[in-house]
Amino acid sequence: MQKQISIFLLLLFCTFNSYSQDTLKEIKVQNTRKSLQKSLKLTANTTLLSSKELLKAACCNLAESFETNPSIDVNFSDALTGTKQIKMLGLTSPYLMITEENIPSVRGASQAYGLSFTPGTWVESIQITKGAGTVVNGYESISGQINTELIKPIKDIPFFLNAYGSSDSRFELNTHFNRKVSDKWATSLFVHGNTRISKNDMNNDGFLDNPLAKQINLLNRWQYTNAEKGWVSFVNFHYMNDKKQTGELNFEPNRDKLTTNYWGSEINTERFDISTKIGYVFPDMPFQSIGFQNAFNSHNQESYFGLNQYNIKQKSYYSNLIFNSIIDNTLHKFATGLNFTYDKYDEFVNVTDYSRADNSVGAFFEYTYDNTNNFSIVLGGRIDNHNRLGTFATPRLHVRYNPWEKGVLRFSAGRGKRSANIFAENQQLFASSRIFSILETNGKIYGLNPEIAWNYGLSFNQGFKLFNRSGDVGFDFYRTDFQNQVVVDLYQGPQQVLFYNLDGKSYANSLQVEFNYELAKHFNLRTAYKYYDIQTDYQYVTQERPLQAKHRFFTNLEYETHIAEKGKQWKFDFTINWLGKQRLPNTISNSGLDSMPDYSPSFSVMNMQITRTFSSTFEVYVGGENIGNYKQEKAILGSENPFGTTFDTSIVYAPVFGQMYYAGLRFKVK
Amino acid sequence: MKNLILVVVLFFAGFSIQAQQKVNKNAKYVIEVSGNCEQCQNRIQKAAFSVPGVKSAVWSIETHQLSLILNEEKTTILAVKTAIAKAGHDSEDIKASTESYDKLPGCCQYEKK
Repeated sequence: MQKQISIFLLLLFCTFNSYSQDTLKEIKVQNTRKSLQKSLKLTANTTLLSSKELLKAACCNLAESFETNPSIDVNFSDALTGTKQIKMLGLTSPYLMITEENIPSVRGASQAYGLSFTPGTWVESIQITKGAGTVVNGYESISGQINTELIKPIKDIPFFLNAYGSSDSRFELNTHFNRKVSDKWATSLFVHGNTRISKNDMNNDGFLDNPLAKQINLLNRWQYTNAEKGWVSFVNFHYMNDKKQTGELNFEPNRDKLTTNYWGSEINTERFDISTKIGYVFPDMPFQSIGFQNAFNSHNQESYFGLNQYNIKQKSYYSNLIFNSIIDNTLHKFATGLNFTYDKYDEFVNVTDYSRADNSVGAFFEYTYDNTNNFSIVLGGRIDNHNRLGTFATPRLHVRYNPWEKGVLRFSAGRGKRSANIFAENQQLFASSRIFSILETNGKIYGLNPEIAWNYGLSFNQGFKLFNRSGDVGFDFYRTDFQNQVVVDLYQGPQQVLFYNLDGKSYANSLQVEFNYELAKHFNLRTAYKYYDIQTDYQYVTQERPLQAKHRFFTNLEYETHIAEKGKQWKFDFTINWLGKQRLPNTISNSGLDSMPDYSPSFSVMNMQITRTFSSTFEVYVGGENIGNYKQEKAILGSENPFGTTFDTSIVYAPVFGQMYYAGLRFKVK
Repeated sequence: MKNLILVVVLFFAGFSIQAQQKVNKNAKYVIEVSGNCEQCQNRIQKAAFSVPGVKSAVWSIETHQLSLILNEEKTTILAVKTAIAKAGHDSEDIKASTESYDKLPGCCQYEKK
């Protein structure tokens, strides 16, 4: 059966290669008038972040790009690795499909740190889709999709330089080089390096507040464009090496690694990616195209957390063939095609070997009806065969209706299924004295069953003009219902973490109310209130998900001066996030100081940035994060005795590091 | 599973053959059509799409140009112009009747040439 499928696939690919190869669904062209764009005409609830939006919070990588956007919640980095996790609709990133130019990028082994492996300056735009999303890229997404488009060589400028330094002693350098090799070929080379060189311990607990870090990140991409003949092609080579060291101030890796002299941790990741895309648009039929993308990557993480060792190596191959065309006319469009995924994991938790190989093959069909006026519907489905998940169908639906001018009503529903990589996704828990227990043995993934969830969403947005200024107001409501979930139970005591299949109910409700208004010329207000009700039936209690605020407020203010001669301009940006109390994992049985209350206090965090543009080629910026200097009182439990039973670095509900200030510059050669 | 893949293969094959056939299945035209606003855009495009054989129709508010792709085995440019005129919009050689012109919504009452 497997062999036959592969033969079919091979034949199919060959046929297409021989006479036409392609690229992607579409090459997105957008103007940058507004930094955050919400379309009235798109069927899905998608927000587009342009590169202008990304400049509003200058640091530093994809994980940190969402601070000025209410759709995505950026969590505080855990006390150890300094990595920020993101959440959408109250669910963490494993429940999102994160793609880079429509190729799944953050998945499997890279789940914990993957977002920090794409430097912000490489990004051209980000599309954030809430809810089910398209079936074209796969079946794994449950609460949303985030797609990043990188700068296209053909549109890139010859040279770009960005330097950054901050008061927590982090330094970054980004250089981009671009050359138009011929009228059809262009190439870009992106070189990124970042480092944190000195040890900080602001809260005097004897532990580093941020890891020492060193990252080298190189991307070389080639673009071929032949507009007359309808060809577009991309080839990317990406190499990344990231090293982090953290733990006690006195920890010296060469001397103390895997001993009880001092507690310390190192996380070293090396990654190599090659991806290609070929796109062909039929010259006499601009509505018809073929896209073929292939990606190979190798990801190798070697790490230890005190005495816990965790090593994971993943080799992946992903292939996607898409054919886009119409039925009768362009009111009825469709996309159909095939995906193939292969993942080989070499995973070791201390001495236990969890190595495995996964593969899946699937076919999808997505139909779009758009009356080009006030109604559109996208109905998609796919069938996949996966060696661990079995054969299953993934239906998805999106509907959009504009009942009146500037009003848009949307509905979506869909199913997602995935295997949880419990160790990779929860590796912050290795930096604690918790004992990992998997309570199941019958499932195919670490003994556990696949996670299956349905997501439903309804949203409405209304644009308006008030006092001659434009604004919009809207709400969206989403519900995710888990049929099965791998429950991560932190409620049964501070010395353990349990993993088991859901027995009962688990759901996540999320409500967001948004109000955006142009207060004065070039002076914009963005506000949102978010309500999350996330409940899971744990083994002995029904409880809300830990470390999740039920109520959140978000406000962003931006002001720009008029662009004066030679492009001179000032830009100001201010963001405040208020978080209500958050349920904390159960630490009651710990004694005295190492016992935390049931709930965290509520608090707010403020960020700001000022950018001065001197000309269209040179600008500098300064900014501050957490300028209110709010700090979590006790970031590490049991820090006095890190090899004792109460040690835990994973309970982080607020910033660990206080105020942080930074400055940077950008220089362009156009 | 096997059958499904076979179906997809056949499906692709079908389309590719179609794609390689004669040009007149995808004849391109650009004509000028009178109108003013977004409402007219919807009316003009809708009228064009009502003609079987019209694969693509995009009318630009700025230039008043209607870009068409049609299957000439099924229809002619004349049939499209007639349908548009019936909706009240003039094109180069087929003019709308006064009756259908008068039925146009306010913003679409373009200046008759």
